[in-house]
Amino acid sequence: MLTALILVPAVAAVVVMLLPSDRKELALPVGFALSFVPLAIAGYLFFEFETGVAGYQFTQKAVWYEPWGISWNLGVDGISLGLVALSVILIPIALAASTTITDRTKEFVVFTLLLEAGLIGSFLALDLFLFFVFFEAVLVPMYFIIGIWGSERRIYAAMKFFIFTAFGSAFLLASIVALSVFHNRQFGSPSFDLLELMSLDLTLDQSRWLFAGFGIAFAIKVPVFPLHTWLPDAHVQAPTAGSVLLAGVMLKLGTYGLLRFNLNLFPQAAVDAVPIIAGLAVIGIIYGAVVAIVQPDLKKLVAYSSVSHLGFIVLGTAALTSAGFQGAVIQNVNHGLTTGALFLLVGMIYERRHTKKIEDFGGLAKVMPIFAGLFLFTAFASIGLPGLNGFVGEFLVLIGSFPSIPVFATIAAFGVILAAIYLLWAYERVFTGIPDKPENQKLTDLNAREIGLMVPLVVLMLVLGLYPKILLDRTAASTEALLDRVEQATTYEVPEQGRLADVFAGEGDE
Amino acid sequence: MTDFVWLVIAFPLAGAVLLHFLGRRLGEPLAGIIGTLAAAAAFVVAFVAALPFIVEEGNHGETVMLWEWMPAIGANLEITWDPLAAVMALIVTGVGSLIHLFSVGYMHGDERFARFFTYLNLFLASMLTLVLGGNFAMVFLGWELVGLCSYLLISFWYTKPSAAAAGKKAFVVNRIGDFGFMVGLMLVFTNFGTLAFDGIFERVPEILDGSTATAIGLLFLVGAAGKSAQIPLYVWLPDAMEGPTPVSALIHAATMVTAGVYLVARSATIFAAGDAGIVVAVVGALTALWAASIAIAQSDIKRVLAYSTVSQLGYMFIAVGLGGYIAGIFHLMTHAFFKALLFLGSGSVIHGMHEEQDMNKMGGLLEKMPVTGVTMGIATLAIAGIPPLAGFWSKDEILGVAFEYGGVGIVLWVIGLVTALITAFYMTRQWFMVFTGEPRWEEGVDPHESPRSMTVPLIVLAVLSVGAGFLNTPFRLTLEHFLEPSFELVKVAHPPEGLGMFALLAAISVGAGIAGAAMAGFVYSRPREIWERFQGGFGGLWEAWQAAYRVDDLYGATIVTPGRKLSERMAFDFDAGGIDGFVNGVGRAVRSAGARTRVLQTGLVRNYGVGFVAGLLAVVIWLVIAGGGV
Repeated sequence: MLTALILVPAVAAVVVMLLPSDRKELALPVGFALSFVPLAIAGYLFFEFETGVAGYQFTQKAVWYEPWGISWNLGVDGISLGLVALSVILIPIALAASTTITDRTKEFVVFTLLLEAGLIGSFLALDLFLFFVFFEAVLVPMYFIIGIWGSERRIYAAMKFFIFTAFGSAFLLASIVALSVFHNRQFGSPSFDLLELMSLDLTLDQSRWLFAGFGIAFAIKVPVFPLHTWLPDAHVQAPTAGSVLLAGVMLKLGTYGLLRFNLNLFPQAAVDAVPIIAGLAVIGIIYGAVVAIVQPDLKKLVAYSSVSHLGFIVLGTAALTSAGFQGAVIQNVNHGLTTGALFLLVGMIYERRHTKKIEDFGGLAKVMPIFAGLFLFTAFASIGLPGLNGFVGEFLVLIGSFPSIPVFATIAAFGVILAAIYLLWAYERVFTGIPDKPENQKLTDLNAREIGLMVPLVVLMLVLGLYPKILLDRTAASTEALLDRVEQATTYEVPEQGRLADVFAGEGDE
Repeated sequence: MTDFVWLVIAFPLAGAVLLHFLGRRLGEPLAGIIGTLAAAAAFVVAFVAALPFIVEEGNHGETVMLWEWMPAIGANLEITWDPLAAVMALIVTGVGSLIHLFSVGYMHGDERFARFFTYLNLFLASMLTLVLGGNFAMVFLGWELVGLCSYLLISFWYTKPSAAAAGKKAFVVNRIGDFGFMVGLMLVFTNFGTLAFDGIFERVPEILDGSTATAIGLLFLVGAAGKSAQIPLYVWLPDAMEGPTPVSALIHAATMVTAGVYLVARSATIFAAGDAGIVVAVVGALTALWAASIAIAQSDIKRVLAYSTVSQLGYMFIAVGLGGYIAGIFHLMTHAFFKALLFLGSGSVIHGMHEEQDMNKMGGLLEKMPVTGVTMGIATLAIAGIPPLAGFWSKDEILGVAFEYGGVGIVLWVIGLVTALITAFYMTRQWFMVFTGEPRWEEGVDPHESPRSMTVPLIVLAVLSVGAGFLNTPFRLTLEHFLEPSFELVKVAHPPEGLGMFALLAAISVGAGIAGAAMAGFVYSRPREIWERFQGGFGGLWEAWQAAYRVDDLYGATIVTPGRKLSERMAFDFDAGGIDGFVNGVGRAVRSAGARTRVLQTGLVRNYGVGFVAGLLAVVIWLVIAGGGV
């Protein structure tokens, strides 16, 4: 089942590639239609997924290269399920948003589908070598998507993106190989199996070095301050679909990696690094927001807001509490939806006006009321308005991190003020007032296709805002298990109120 | 038993959804009528659900679970239906229904007529979520959603830049308060492990020590000061007058701005366990006096009322801060009636005067708009504290609570008295400037009384402004008995016992009210030159009041402008120049080094591959050795 989930998009890519080259108008519809297959498979998985089970489900394991202990080892748990779902939802939307791509359409669709396969593979891989392969495989299609279909400075942005990430990947690969070597030393055979590597007996020094190796790779991906400067450039240059998938899913490889690998493999190092991780997270939250306020370019503004929002996910990870973990996991999905939607919207106005500069707009609500309404809705979801999805994750993170890291949590809460400032100020300048520029007066409101792109996202923002249970039920057991793992392997003790069980029992006071 | 109470929220919510999608097709006035009916239906449900509290003494109410939201922190969508919630729900839906009805006439001809009622219905649903929420997260849900509606409605006429800016300002300033509220909630969670009322209030004495309780209380106060427009966060409310006048009446006078008072009353056990209450009271007293003094010199009919609202909310803060929860809620209710009436009346005047808001350009309107004039006159007497009108009873109860508290309370009592005098002054001033004297209308203005749909709500509210005080008099404490089960866990502060004391204190405060009203009547019933001479007598003080002490400029110079400068520095100098400059610098250095070592670049992928693997191997070996501690 999981193998199919990875192979189907890859096969779909091949199918699109084999389309007759004189019928390039077929590429997008065919790719779009095929992208519903992984959506259906993932939907089935999502609803068949057993809640209350901590371990990996739907696991599949086949030996790949025995001498090195590499295997095709897949599984999904509460931490990865939401991200898989997010990927399969955003891909068809990103494809349908790309009707303006007329140059080399076929290649574009192929790269997008390959990207999907790589992303899903990364979230499902339980073998570190396999994970690394997918982690790297994702880079290539994104590199070309930015480099070929981006705006003026696309080559610069694509190179920057590639070099930053590859830099991190080198550390990641080295650390993975080192782990395997240690496994060979201790058990007589190399292994890349996550579960087997978790039982390695590492000295504190070893685990700190390796933690740093994994950490750098993931920190660049998130991105964590001060390794974030590739992100605004990549976003500004990337085509809409690229931005949607980059912010929506790809950045989550970083936050996911921290939760999945850094905490599981090096718990003691993680516990020791809490002040550093939380500190960088909080810097990201505040810094990203402060810098976002004055950005003159809408896409750049959204890009910096991502730095801020992803800081919350990292903070929730560093919280080492039930609510913190749950918040981090669900915020992964929520940020993908809201930021993906924001990039879609910015893309729609860019296609009309060929500018993303805030100062070029003004009074758009008058000429494009539907667009304005959808933008405002999404902006409030991003600001963290309760009732919409963004709130659930950030609130759980904040509430969950206070028992363990109160000072960081308090500073992070300040971010909620800043989010309101940068988004509402941008909205004010773009949408309110009188549309006095002639170019803006002629603008047409969204068409049915564009509204159709937004509807699933809007519905999900509302559903996850008011009924996050569908996701939280599926994540709870896995996040608890992760917390257990950290607690049992280290000297760390989860604070009294940082545990689900205490909440319900209402006891535990000495 | 009252598990149908969710309908109170559901009706206006359904109205909002319906009007959002079908409003345009329904058109005018049908969209407005549907919106009004949704509000009225919520009132009926609230009334029926409140009956058990009247019938059975000591009925605590119950918690009705709707569905799970964030169970990990004890935050589900659930309703606590107790007497306090019932009183709030009745005020919100009752006044809300009247204001909906009024809006049908007031918004006549607006191209976004239906959209206005969508927002109004959404606001009611949000406000009811706030007051019915059974845990702090749900209160926060409503708290933020009313902020959203406030934002949408203040900037309803968004093509006007000042309206758009005012909406944003309201939301952002409120968010500053929310920061405090949120940190308070974190502290609550850390101590109780839940945000559900059921797991908190009864366990306060066992779990919270005094200083933690004080800290939570102070953080809640920050939130309350934002929503209820208290010092130092009140600055958004006067600007909020950019919204249509029914919005000012509903959101920025009668309901939303009282959320802070409600929060303190709801969290009474937490405040009782610490010392934050007295701070609440002092902030309230200072705000009451400060805002009242600004109201003296305003000439915009709505700004007078805006500062008056800030000031009256200060009274409520004095009450709940000192533990006089019943007195605070009582004043919240009477104020909702007479202040809504004043705002709607001013809306009627603005409507009749063709959107004129400057009182200097009014005068002599009583003859042209008799219903508006008389009902506003009643409201003026009510807020001035003239017996036996509603404001007299509730204000006196607050002053009595302060007096009985003693010590600092006496100071607060004196401040309250001075404020009462000023209140009577500026309200009487307003009434005389608008309704008596020579007409000072601009040319072409032809004032007329408003249609029935607007005057009926005025009359109903006027009746309530006269009679609502009798709900809680020293002779018959109906409201107090009704609310008692909600405040069982705390000691509620009361005015001094005995009718003699009551009469004495009442005489003093009524004296203050009459003095203020008489002074204003004496000056402003006469020609304009007299007022100007009177106002001139205050010299620079009058100008300071007129300019609202220039607090906006102060905030601009100390917070907004430096904040933006800092943001620009960070974005353009530090981020783009510093960090990214460094990154690109490294890139350039590598490239120039590359140029010198070009000989190594054979262009063959195989050679690169060898180099890559070799480098990787080196790193691995180093890691294994370094990490292995060999």
